[in-house]
Amino acid sequence: MEDMNQPSKYVIETRGLNIFYGDFQAVKDISLQFERNRITAIIGPSGCGKSTVLRAFNRMNDFVPSAHATGEVLYHDQNINHPSVDAVQLRRLIGMVFQKPNPFPKSIYDNIAWGAKMNGFRGNTDDLVEETLRQAALWNEVKDNLKKSALALSGGQQQRLCIARALAVRPEIILMDEPCSALDPIATLKIEDLMRELSQNYTIIIVTHNMQQAARASDYTSFFTMDTDRAGIMVEYNETSLIFTKPKDQRTEDYITGRFG
Amino acid sequence: MNPMKPKTFGSNQEMQDAEKNFLYRRHQRARLAQSVFQLTTLLAVIFLATLLVTVVNKSMGYVVVENKVNPATLSDRPLSELNNTELAQILRENLRKNRVRTLERTGFLEDQSQSTLVQLVEAEIIQPEVVESYNLFPSLINRSKIKADAAVSYPNAKVEFRYWLNGVFLINSMASQPELAGVRSALLGSLQLILITILTAFPIGVGAAIYLEEYASHKSRINRLIQTNIDNLAGVPSIVYGILGLALFVRALQPFTSGALFGVDGQNGRTILSAGLTMALLILPILIINAQEAIRSVPDSLRQASYGLGATRWQTIWHHVLPGAMPGILTGTILAISRAIGETAPLIVVGASTFITSDPTGPFSSFTALPIQIYNWTTRPQPAFQHIAAAAILVLLIALLSLNAVAILLRNRFAKRV
Repeated sequence: MEDMNQPSKYVIETRGLNIFYGDFQAVKDISLQFERNRITAIIGPSGCGKSTVLRAFNRMNDFVPSAHATGEVLYHDQNINHPSVDAVQLRRLIGMVFQKPNPFPKSIYDNIAWGAKMNGFRGNTDDLVEETLRQAALWNEVKDNLKKSALALSGGQQQRLCIARALAVRPEIILMDEPCSALDPIATLKIEDLMRELSQNYTIIIVTHNMQQAARASDYTSFFTMDTDRAGIMVEYNETSLIFTKPKDQRTEDYITGRFG
Repeated sequence: MNPMKPKTFGSNQEMQDAEKNFLYRRHQRARLAQSVFQLTTLLAVIFLATLLVTVVNKSMGYVVVENKVNPATLSDRPLSELNNTELAQILRENLRKNRVRTLERTGFLEDQSQSTLVQLVEAEIIQPEVVESYNLFPSLINRSKIKADAAVSYPNAKVEFRYWLNGVFLINSMASQPELAGVRSALLGSLQLILITILTAFPIGVGAAIYLEEYASHKSRINRLIQTNIDNLAGVPSIVYGILGLALFVRALQPFTSGALFGVDGQNGRTILSAGLTMALLILPILIINAQEAIRSVPDSLRQASYGLGATRWQTIWHHVLPGAMPGILTGTILAISRAIGETAPLIVVGASTFITSDPTGPFSSFTALPIQIYNWTTRPQPAFQHIAAAAILVLLIALLSLNAVAILLRNRFAKRV
């Protein structure tokens, strides 16, 4: 899976993806392509299945007993829902940052070191911690307090720590599930700058409620909404600038101009 | 808490009055609720204090001791200063030949330790007897009257203040005279019993809780059945567990619990091991339920974070779920230990002896335990046994609190790791 001799343009791709919770169809027939080293935003109203789709990319839906998916999610041209795919390795390669900052109740240092060690990291942990904290633009704020509990950090710092923690296991893709919804505007801007910085080396997929955030921070935007039977569908997918200036679909226009119900 | 009607805001007088009255009634109800809760807490404290005071009251006080034989007539020096030969000499002179022969069955009297011989002299010859005993409070209030009464009724007796919970009480084993009886074998029995109980129940209980919370599907009918059964088993009377233990460990598994399988010369299955395993069964539901509760209280976001980094289920459980749940698990363990150490009924059924004078020698020995000893003493008619029962209750409480202190220390260590 890590064979990247011929990197295709798309790192991850879905084809006709349907996800069900029991009998309820949460998303319907999603086909999307995510380009390497770009930030792609998924926007849409609550309950339209944005997070469900995001969690399908690293099989976090496995932990919801009633959830199952049909269709394909291709990662390096391999369907990740195939039984032969090891979800544990997949989740290392496709990291995730959650809605609420969820650092481990350990020190800042251990928060970063744990994931790496658990994944078999054998290098210099001190260097790794410094490197990832610098990447996450957190180093200067915490370098003197690495042994301090991560829970003592502010919400924005915690979220950047979670990003650093995800980077420490050397992923290729970072999924962000409304990473700024619990943060204030200044912390939000810091995370957005950070995303821009990280997109040089990582592919980022972000789910957001905040349209300004999608407009500011992403290269591509995909608009989801709910079908008449409450299943999420993908309405439009294009470059962010086009989605926000020349939406092709009336529903997209209604949503981004705030006319949506 | 100001009983006066408070100031309210607004311009409409009528509405203001109505609101004032409404507010007043709400505050009144709030005060009533508060006093009810204070009262219930107070009642609980009073009950606990009464329990402690009663036990302490009985565990010390004046006693009137009469010796059957005056020690001064045996020797002109105090017994503790005599050497083995002299003590053995006294025993031979004052006891019947048969009795001496019985005592010498395991070896010559002269070869026994000096303290054993002193004890023998006291028990066999001097035979101090508590002819009258008083509780703590009467002793404090009527001191002079007690001494006067004793002087009249028992001219040869000595009045002394006795702490029934004393060093000798801890060192001696069960005896037929309350003055010489102690809790040593019972205390050791209880401790070994609890050790076996915890070593068995803790891993099984935590393991089952992990399985039920982290692995088992809550939708599966079998798992729901198991869950319901565990919840119900927590309420099954302990005597039922005793009968189960009797059938399973004492009888069916006798080769194992008597130690025959391990080449120990076990008499029967009525051993510490059987009792410990029965107690483990008894506390298992409590342990599992508490551990499940603790595991459930670990926020799901931590599991998600761990899985999101590519951790396996076991890594997530070991590194995040268990450390987070450990304080709660240990709290449950404290409750379970408290239950097990005071439980009497199952021990009677699985065959704890009420009269045993030797220390338990390991998992395959017959035994007695503190609650059994207390139960036995409280059923005896002599008042002195009531006092040593109270003293044994204190020993039990102290043992329980010490065990719990260890668990609390462990719990605080885990809670502090954050």
